[in-house]
Order: sequence, then C-alpha cells, then structure tokens
Amino acid sequence: MAESPSFAVVGKPRRRVDGADKVTGRAQFADDIDLPRMLHCKLLRASVPHALIKSIDARRAQRHPGVKLILSGKDFPNEYGILPVSQDEQALCKDKVRFVGDPVAAVIACDEFAATEALELIKVDYEPLDTIATPDEALINSRARLHEYGEEGNIHKRLSYEFGDVEESLANSDHVFEDLFFFEGNTHLPLEQHAAVARPEADGRVALWSSTQCPHYVHRAVAQALALPAARIRVIATPNGGGFGGKTDPFNHEIVVVKAAMLLGRPVKICLNREEVFYCHRGRHPVLMKFTTGTTKDGELTAMRLQTLLDGGAYGSYGVASAFYTAVLQPVAYRLPRYGFDACRVFTNKPPCGPKRGHGTVQPRFGQEVQLDKIAEKLRLDPAELRLKIVERPGALTANYLKIGSIGLAQCIRKVIERSDWKNRYGKLPRGQGLGLACSSYLSGAGNAIYWNAMPHSAVQLKLDRSGLVTAFCGATEIGQGSDDVLAVVIAEVLGLEPEEIRCVTGDTDLTPVDLGSYSSRVTLMMGNAAMQAAQRARALIAQAAARKFQGPEEAVVFEKGRVFNAANPGGPGQNLSFQEAVTCAEELHGALGTTGSYTPPDPPGKYKGAGVGPSPAYSYTAAVVEARVDEQTGWLTVPRVYVAHDLGRAINPVLARGQVEGSVYMGLGEALMEESAFRRLPPRLSGALAHREPSMLEYKSLTAVDMPEVITDLIEAPDAQGPFGAKEAGQGPLLPIIPALANAVYDAVGARIDETPITAEKVLRALDDKARGGSGRVGPMAFPKIDWPEPFKVPPPWEGGDGRAVNKPARKRAAKMGRPVPFPGGNAA
Amino acid sequence: MRLPRFRYYRPRDLAEAAQILAGEDGAMVVAGGTDLLPNMKRRQQTPELLIALGRIEALKKTANGAGLTIGAGLTLSAIAADEKIKKDYRGLWQAVSQVATPHLRNMGTIGGNLCLDTRCNYYNQNLEWRKAIDFCMKKDGEICWVATGSKKCLALSATDAAPMLTALNARVRLVSAAGERDLPLGDFYQDDGIHYLRRRRDEILTEIILPPANGVTSSYWKLRRRGSFDFAALSVAGAVALDRHRHVANARIVLGAVASRPVVCEAANRFLQGKPLTDETIEEAAALCAKVAAPVDNADFTPRWRKRVIGEVAADALRELRGDDMSAVRAEFARQALS
Repeated sequence: MAESPSFAVVGKPRRRVDGADKVTGRAQFADDIDLPRMLHCKLLRASVPHALIKSIDARRAQRHPGVKLILSGKDFPNEYGILPVSQDEQALCKDKVRFVGDPVAAVIACDEFAATEALELIKVDYEPLDTIATPDEALINSRARLHEYGEEGNIHKRLSYEFGDVEESLANSDHVFEDLFFFEGNTHLPLEQHAAVARPEADGRVALWSSTQCPHYVHRAVAQALALPAARIRVIATPNGGGFGGKTDPFNHEIVVVKAAMLLGRPVKICLNREEVFYCHRGRHPVLMKFTTGTTKDGELTAMRLQTLLDGGAYGSYGVASAFYTAVLQPVAYRLPRYGFDACRVFTNKPPCGPKRGHGTVQPRFGQEVQLDKIAEKLRLDPAELRLKIVERPGALTANYLKIGSIGLAQCIRKVIERSDWKNRYGKLPRGQGLGLACSSYLSGAGNAIYWNAMPHSAVQLKLDRSGLVTAFCGATEIGQGSDDVLAVVIAEVLGLEPEEIRCVTGDTDLTPVDLGSYSSRVTLMMGNAAMQAAQRARALIAQAAARKFQGPEEAVVFEKGRVFNAANPGGPGQNLSFQEAVTCAEELHGALGTTGSYTPPDPPGKYKGAGVGPSPAYSYTAAVVEARVDEQTGWLTVPRVYVAHDLGRAINPVLARGQVEGSVYMGLGEALMEESAFRRLPPRLSGALAHREPSMLEYKSLTAVDMPEVITDLIEAPDAQGPFGAKEAGQGPLLPIIPALANAVYDAVGARIDETPITAEKVLRALDDKARGGSGRVGPMAFPKIDWPEPFKVPPPWEGGDGRAVNKPARKRAAKMGRPVPFPGGNAA
Repeated sequence: MRLPRFRYYRPRDLAEAAQILAGEDGAMVVAGGTDLLPNMKRRQQTPELLIALGRIEALKKTANGAGLTIGAGLTLSAIAADEKIKKDYRGLWQAVSQVATPHLRNMGTIGGNLCLDTRCNYYNQNLEWRKAIDFCMKKDGEICWVATGSKKCLALSATDAAPMLTALNARVRLVSAAGERDLPLGDFYQDDGIHYLRRRRDEILTEIILPPANGVTSSYWKLRRRGSFDFAALSVAGAVALDRHRHVANARIVLGAVASRPVVCEAANRFLQGKPLTDETIEEAAALCAKVAAPVDNADFTPRWRKRVIGEVAADALRELRGDDMSAVRAEFARQALS
C-alpha cells in the first residue's frame, strides 16, 4: 500500500454536511413540496399485459368534480428513452400497452382524491395481444412483437465478442468447467416513492422538482419528449430517499406533470404509490448464464466463454448497457488470457428492467464466484488461495482492453480470511455451519456518457467573496450516498477549511454545471476530480493575492485550519490571514472571484465497436466471507455474520464509506436470501393475466433490521492515480460478493449447491432431499436455450499482438429505424 | 393510495357503539385500524360508516377473576408488556410479541387481531391489481384463484392470537344492542375465507376470557420469512398440562395459517393424553399435527414446504412445552429468543 499522506479532513470520520437536515426533517423531499394553487396528478395504468389501445373514452372523467385536465398519448409529440439506441418510451402509451402498469392516461385534478376517483371513470378499450412472459417465449414467439425496433422478433439485442481463440485454449486446458446459473430479478425498493412537481414560470419556462438521480438526463428527456428547448426547462433534483439505480431513467410521470403544468398554468404534483414504484422498476435483470471456464491443473484460468440471456421487460431502458455489463467486467478481477462472451436481451410483457446497484455485473459475478468455488473443490485448492493466485495485477490491461489502476483485492482477501479465521474454520465447522468466500470488482464511473459527447462528465463552479463563504455549484445529486459531503470535503481539503464552511448547491440544471448524475458509482471520482480542479484554481488566485500581501513567494502560502499564512514567517506581522481576509485580498486583486473545474475520463484503450462499455477510470475491489447456518430438517438458513473488506482507494469520509459498504451488504443479503421480482401468470382460458406477483413492501421480501447480521467491515486503501486523493467507489461493488459468498457458505455447511437466487429454505431442502436420494444436491437451471448468436467481433488480446481493434468486420443487421437516430455512448457500440 | 369516503363515529361507550352498529348495515367497527384501513385503501372493504372503539375505556381493562379477562381494546404492545400474561400465559405473550412490527403492535389491538381479515395473495392487492388479474370471490368476483375448482374461498387465517387463545381454551364475549353472549374462541371461527367469523354483523367483540393457568404451560411458534413485519406462513400454538408424573394430562395443539380458521390437532392431542413428552412421543404427535393441514398457495413460501415443516415446528413447540431451552432455535427461526 502506498504511504498514507496526511490530510486535514480527507479520511477523518465526520458527520456528513447534510446530516442535520436529514434527521431533523428540514431536508425537502419532492413530496414535501407544496406550492400555492398546486394541482395533483394520477396516472391510469394498463390492466392488461399486452394490447392495442382501440379507444380511450374520458368524457365522464372530464366532467368529474375537481378534474382540470386529462392527458393521453396523443398529447405528447416524441418518444424518449435513456439510451439513444432505445428511444422506445412514451409519456403515455399511444397505441399499445406492454405491461400491467404501463401508463395510458393522466388525470389532473384539484386534489389526489378527485384525480383517483376520475381514473375509475376512464374507459379504455383494449385489443389483447399474445403475452410474452419469459425469455423462452420471447425467443420463440416472434409474432407478438413488443416493439418494432430491435433485432428481430422480441430479441432486443445480441452481442458477441471473442478476445483470443477461446476454443483453442479450452481444448488445451487441463480442466474445463461448464456451469449454468440463474439470477432472479429484483428491485431497488427505495423507501421514498418517486415524486415530482412541475411549476410553470415566466416566458414559457417551466421548473421540475423530482426525486431523480440524474437531473441532466431528465432535462434532456423532457426537452425531447415535449419538443421544448432545453433552456426553457429547469430540472431540480430533490434529495432522494434512496435511489439504487431506480431513479436514473427519465420517467413518464415527470414528463406528464411538466406538460400539465404548462397547459394549465398551475403547479402540478405527482407522488407515486408503492405499486407504481414496482411498475417503474428498472431493477435487476433476471439473467440465465452459462460459464465455460478452462483452468490449468493448479488453478490458473486459461480461458472463459460466458453466455448470458437477459429478461429485459417491456422497454429498452439501460438494457443494451446492462447486456454488456453481464460480461465485460469478468476479466477485471482475475487474470484471464482469453475471453469470449455472448449476451442476449429480450423483451417481455413485464415492467422494464434496468440498472440496479452493481448494474448487470452482479449476476455474472455470482456465477463466476460460485464456479470458482467448484473449481477450487475439484482441484483441491483452498478457495482463498486459488483467488490469491489468480488476482489480476495492478496496472494491467485486460483481454478485453480495460485499463486497471490500483488493485487492493489481495489485501481484501487476506483481511477477510484473517477476520473470519478462515484457515481454521473453512471446511472444518460442524455440519450445518459453513463459510463462503467471494470477491468482486466494480467501476468508479462509466468511461462514457449515456449519449456520445466530448464534453466533461462532471463540472464544478466555485464562487468566493468577501463574506468568506465558498459556494460550490455542481450538477451532482445527493441521493443519500453522501455526494454533497464529498464535494465539501474535497474543496475544504484544498482550501484549508472545514467541510461545513462550504455551501453546496447541487442538482439544479439552471444553477449548476452539468454532472451526469448519481449512477455507476461515478460521483466521488468524477465530481471529486472536478471539485479538486476548481478548488486548486481558487487556491491559486488567493495564493497569488496573499503572496503579494506577504511580499513572499506563492509557493510559501499555506492554507490550513481556516488560515492563510506565509510558511516562512507564520508569526510575522501581516503574514497570517484569516481565510476571509485572504479572499478579500484576492477580490481586491482579481475582481469577482469564481473558478471552474471539470473532469473527463481518459480515452479507453479498446477501439473495437462496443468497447465503450466497461472502461472506467478506476476499479474498486471487494472480498467477503459470509457465515451460514443451515437447519437440515427444514432447510432454514441463517446468516450470523458477514466479513467484508473493500478497496476504495481512499476513504474521503470513512463513516459514509462504511455506510455504503454495509448498505451494500444489506442489499446483497436481501438478493441472496429472499428478494425476487416474481410474476403471476394465469392461463388464457382463465384471465390471461401477467402481473407482478406482489407489488407491496410487505410481500416483496427484503431484510428487516432484525434479520440483519453482524457485519465486520474493513476499508482497504489502494489509492488509484485517477481518483481524487486516490479515491475509488464504495457504493456498489461491496454488494457483489455477498450473494456468491452465501451460496458458497451453504455448500460448506451442508453440501447443497444452489446455483440460482434467491437461496431459500425451500431450495436448500430440495437440494438436501436430492442428495439424500443419491442426486448431486444441486438446485439450479438445467439448460441454456439455443440462441442464434451473430458472428463475434474478434479482438486479439494485448499480449497476442492486438491493438484494441477487431480484426474482422462481422455483418450486423441494422436495427429498425428509431424515432431519432442518435449514436450510442462512446459512439462505438451498435 | 387514499382511503375511500366514509363517515366516522367515535362513541364514548359500548352501548352507543352497539346501537350505531345495529342501526346501519354498511357500518364496521375499527380499533387500531392496522388491518382495516389498509384494506379500505385497497378497496377490499368499503364500509360507509366506521365506528371507532378507541375511546371506549371499558374495552381496555384486564381483570383477574377465576382466570384472566382481557379487554379486546388493549393494544398488542400493552399485552406483550404485561408481566402476569408473560408469566402465566407465556404462549400468548410469545404470540402477541410476534405480531407485525413494533409500530403496528402499538396501534393494533388483541380484539382486532382475533378478527383479522383472512388473507390471500390474490386478495391482499390493490384495486388495480385485482382488476388486472380479475377479481376473486372474496371481493367483487366469482372464482377462487388459488384453486379454481373451489366452491369456497380459501383465504388464510393468519392471526397469531387466535391459534394460541384457542389452544388456551379462551372464550370471547360479544356484545350487541340486543344483548351479549359468550362462546369458546374455537367456535368463533369457521373454515370459510369469506365468512370466517361466527360473529353477527351487529356484535362487538369486547373481552377475551382466559381460564386459570393452573399449571398449563403454553408455547407459540410462528414461521415467517423475516423476524418482523410478516404474517405467519405457519404457526403452532400448544398448551399442555402435565400431571405429577410429568405425563400429559391435557394437550391442546392448534395450527395457524393453514386454513381459513385455526385448526385444532385433535388426533395429536388425543395421542399425547397420558403420555410423557419423550422424543418419541413428540415426534409422533408432530407427525399427527402435520396430517391435519393441507396448505394451499395463498401465503409466502410454497405450500409443499409449508406442509413439510409443520412437523418440525410442532416438535419444537412440544420440546419447549416439555421444558427444553429452545431459545437458540428460536433465535434462528424467529430472530428473537422469546424466553
């Protein structure tokens, strides 16, 4: 580990700058906003899974007391969607509904009650279409297409890549392991339901407050969907009561209230109920996976082929990126000389899947880490030793051209095996008790924006004046993860102030420079770097003025503990100023004081089509050991303890970093043990319904406080040259290893292999029954369907003479024309 | 979701409440509201008039007589905090301590828990969802989605207090404008998910009357996915009196969350009569318990697994009744020791 430099505030455990507002109720969430003359909106959602809209009769609703306006699909000019390649969403469905919950009409009324009553009075005449419930059906049924675009039938996207001759390496491997895994879909379950308020403003402008993670992307979508100049729209991200990726897409309700407010000239508010949050979804894709992995006899990986099949739900969302993410990060944790992957995303008549904490990488990480456990067993290696042997090296360029910086994974593994007393306990505990280990890696921000552009990913403006106040303006969004705190700490560190002395103005497209949003764990690194640059520029302005005053060199000006002084003579007369006095000097010298800083990630080394997904300025690493207890009579599963060590480069505020790590453990355990987006399908002869099984907080099971085990957390600091003060991400990566570690712990405890999530008592008991009957004791998927994969892009790895380009030009079917042809992020994916 | 429109009375005494209730067909009583109000938001129940019982002090008293009389209006938290109940009727204390969450126990009452609407994952959904799947016979529809051939609604009795109080041979008092009556709690329920209570529409449940503890020990086991919040997917309530040879003088084992009413395990109870609680008799009695229940797919977990583990949970309950220290097992299943 690098020598720890000394910092004034970075790395000190502190109360977060927005903490008091959150705990006293001063923070204003979107649903807290109450404006004069405000109206209320409710959405009528489809009660059928797949149908053409023949007609909508809203006449009775129109006459209902208190109703001011009814909107339907025809009131919205353009489609939109988060990715330029998937512009497939409508604010309100025009001709077709694609899942139970798809919004069809909106009622705006004097209060929510009247709006709700009026919903009942709207008659929608549907012509039912075949329902696509599963990926298998989507692959077979190309007649009932959800969308006109996509590859063919209900196949949204297929990807195929080959980095070196995988078949050759597999054929020459000492062992080849082939394993199937299934990761069930699940959802974010933020405590705060989505809410938005739109207010018309002077000169045809409009303001939108919304619980969104990405005000910039909402800004773009509202402008596009309503065909308005972006400069007339102001989007303000309110603090989020949890996001986890569920508030990163632009949503129907946001566009609807803007339209309604502009038509009515009055503020309009919407607050979704819990069921509607389940319908907004964008949660974890259900993914079927097939891993074919070759190894040498002592456990070195020789090659891997990974095939994934994603159940995308009804719309594109981030899905094309999700499909890439089910494969691109496999080579980042362990050395892998050759790698090939195929991924396929299909449309089904269910709420759209999208990015959830760990976006697309959680599912294959589960598969790979369980497979490594099987490899270790077969090769009679300790799973920890195996991983330590194959950990990727710092500074490596992977087979698929991802440039890695620092890697603290080996330290993480050593830390959790020490904490858990692994060497004395793994494989040695009494029957019914077990330990499991797993590791992971994650991005510190995607290397490319959602839409191709050459502009910075994050920008910060600083305003300083004679009051001594430093105001930081940044488009980044505080979703509870602590982004305001990081902003304040970075600036305070550079200027020798306390974080509380920095005023943060964030997430407001009128006031703050663009930051792409709180997703892909990008904020600490990208906003942090932008903030650092802005602060250093401010420091230089002040230092110049102070040096003049001190009649000394600028290099001797020190910023420390709210003072600006001459290091050569700190006690001398006029040589030691308060920060406010120093800023006053600077204002005298330079005039109005303001600086900017911005951050653009480095160009990724991969030049092949599709190389835009996967690169990140820095990768975080995590190792976890999970303890499991299994009751063999019932299969009942308990997790008494979790040990986690996370390499975050540098902890900016260790209290918050720890909170992010432990929150990830919490969410990971929920996914491992119980969470599932399950659906109810009734046969067509009955009702033909396909609906979310139980869209409620009571019946969608996630851990309660009493179910949460003890978590022993260690922060490992392997500073990365790309991160501010070396910092990498902490908010997503630590989720990943928890799920496979639990699966591996169950195997250690009772010898049951549960190769799918969630790992429930029922499945454990089924595996134990199977074992008792002489079976393998495995529960998991049995087959991977036949998919007509396209010819792969062949990109030789760096060590086989590759230059990051494909050596072939596979033909690609052109996707049917979208509403607006816009290139994909990075400009290099189809 | 918003509540529908309704009128609301908050009478100060029982006679007034009973009179209002008798006077209007669309009226319902509400105590803590933790069950009824969410149901109203989902339009499962749509009373035009709610009569709130919260101000009626007579419903919030306990009285020691031959046994113990508990006011139906006492909150579950109040009962869980009652040292006498914890000492003499431990199973009841264990049952009420595991209802829902601390917040809901602070509002919910013991009477409300006994009258808890039956549950089903086709029924406990909002109006839009039920419209999408098409309504079921319990509300607005014709069919039972759990078993489409069923003539009868199969919604589940998921109350924690009912199986335990049934095992403890409690009686309930019902008061109406026309008079009052007592009946054994076991007779208060019937196996029909819609008409699950034998309460007349105009009657108010006012008291629960427990016989003297007299050496009866009791134990309640609730199986649910999480250690809080969830309704039972299966529960086992047991009350046992041992004679001086430590043989069973009387056993009452009752299952919850397997039918539309609590199910008394008659065969197991008869089997245990006169026998000591050995590992062998416990195993056999537990197997008999498993025979009386046929869970269907209307709660959390698969019915197959629920059926499969009945014997295991019943055996745990019997071991605790024998005097075994089961706190470690409870800590795993219930996430709390409850001892």
